[in-house]
Amino acid sequence: MTGSPVFKNKLLPYLLVAPQIAVTGVFFVWPAAQAIQQAVLRSDPFGLRTRFVGLENFKVLFSDPYYLGAIRLSFLFAAAVTLVALSVALLLAVMAHRPLRGARVYKTLLIWPYALAPAMAAVLWLFLFQPSIGIVARALQGVGIAWNYTLDGGQAFFLVVLASVWKLVSYNFIFFLAGLQAIPKSLLEAARVDGASSRRVFWSVVFPLLTPTTFFLLVMNTVYAFIDTFGVIDALTKGGPGKATETMVYKLFVDGYKNFQINSSAAQSVVLMALVILLTAVQFRFIERRVHYA
Amino acid sequence: MRELRQNGFAHLVLLVGIGILLFPLYMAFIGSTHDAATIGRGRLPLTPGSHMVENYLQAWNYGTGERVAGTPVRIMMANSLAMALAIAVGKIVVSVLAAYAVVFFRFPGRTFFFWLIFLTLMLPLEVRIIPSYKVASDLGLLDSFAGLILPLLVSATGTLLFRQVFLTVPRELLDAAKIDGAGPLRILVSVIVPLSRPSLAALFVILFVYGWNQYLWPLLITTDPKMNTIVIGIVKMLGTSEAMMDWNLVMATTVMALGVPVAVVLLLQRWLVKGLVETEK
Repeated sequence: MTGSPVFKNKLLPYLLVAPQIAVTGVFFVWPAAQAIQQAVLRSDPFGLRTRFVGLENFKVLFSDPYYLGAIRLSFLFAAAVTLVALSVALLLAVMAHRPLRGARVYKTLLIWPYALAPAMAAVLWLFLFQPSIGIVARALQGVGIAWNYTLDGGQAFFLVVLASVWKLVSYNFIFFLAGLQAIPKSLLEAARVDGASSRRVFWSVVFPLLTPTTFFLLVMNTVYAFIDTFGVIDALTKGGPGKATETMVYKLFVDGYKNFQINSSAAQSVVLMALVILLTAVQFRFIERRVHYA
Repeated sequence: MRELRQNGFAHLVLLVGIGILLFPLYMAFIGSTHDAATIGRGRLPLTPGSHMVENYLQAWNYGTGERVAGTPVRIMMANSLAMALAIAVGKIVVSVLAAYAVVFFRFPGRTFFFWLIFLTLMLPLEVRIIPSYKVASDLGLLDSFAGLILPLLVSATGTLLFRQVFLTVPRELLDAAKIDGAGPLRILVSVIVPLSRPSLAALFVILFVYGWNQYLWPLLITTDPKMNTIVIGIVKMLGTSEAMMDWNLVMATTVMALGVPVAVVLLLQRWLVKGLVETEK
């Protein structure tokens, strides 16, 4: 809104923003500042003496093979989750966008997993894949696959990816469907009149027009895979076996809350904050561009 | 003919997709209708058993079976419901007020406040979890509803959404209300809020689900089993997830825990889709 303000009160606007600013200050700015402060300090194990160490904590962190492993794992995990969840959701959205009989029922049945917590998705899949009672696990063992995700790191990784993707597909489906519905029908008709096959229409017309949605979802899915999948990992594997499913957020939690390594976990917080800010910034740059040129 | 074949293919893809989405839910339901021994032997049938009523009553009233110590579902449900409602309503109130100030007033520090709110969009609770825990503990908020709810009221999504909505309110409408003698708060309650009803409904669904599904924060902040939310309660029941435990009760609890947010999403599906797509902008 440009031009003169609607109201001229002096005090009222401050009272209106006060609740938001108070909560933000106490539970956001303060802890974030604490994290940054702790990240450049080091305390002895008894918390008696604390001294300034500059970037030492980060140096230690990035030369720690376990942390480097967690970074590699997080990126691999994010790539797997994002790629599969986007492809499956796009396929389902394109199919559900067709004028089918029962399309509304289909859509409803594809949306409901949005309501589930990541940890709940993990519990549902755990029940199927628990090595001695899960019916899918038993079936796998029946055909000669030694299924036991509590011992096999690769299987554990597969299972957390599966549960994470399963929960994410609905979210992506909602956005892809909205994106498809926003594409003018006349455009598709024109392409078809020109004799393009449906495959050709999809890759040359529909998919490029969906780019903004795809990009938005790419960023959201990456953030989900890095941050929100904590619940999936905690309920399914607790980061194990070994460190096979210990992502950056899970390691931050274990080091800070279970091992009381306050300074190291603070440094890990700062690394993750930087990562999330970077992702958000990239996204806003892109959206700005879209507003200008589209 | 080609059209028909393609539609057949679309039906097939959608049915397979829906099948994969529904299968774990169906098996959870099946698991909640058998007794623990049947499940523990690893021979779970694909059809419902005869223990449904007793499993659900047991989970609802006691939450504890022979091999698992839990909290009654009715207590955890009440906790989750209180938390989800408080977060949804609280966030909406806080962000409506802030957006109203930012859009309709000019005051020193307005841009600064806007950016401060915007900044919170970038940093999820998880990445600053340990210092946030320390703040909550210093303020004596551990094991309290205030501790569960207050830190989760920080989010910029709502404020940004309402800012977009408020910017579309025609200026003439506000001027007319002013001429009729209405003050800023009166206009907020009688003009702005009614006009924003669709967005309020949309955000309510999103935030209710968000609140119900909180995991890491309640896990840290509450240690008293009486304070468990249902999502936390189920994962705690699982523990080391061994074969011989009361899977029937865990699954009955799971089905009840899913029921509430799924019902909210299905009933308010239209608003959810609208709200999600709008927050993207």
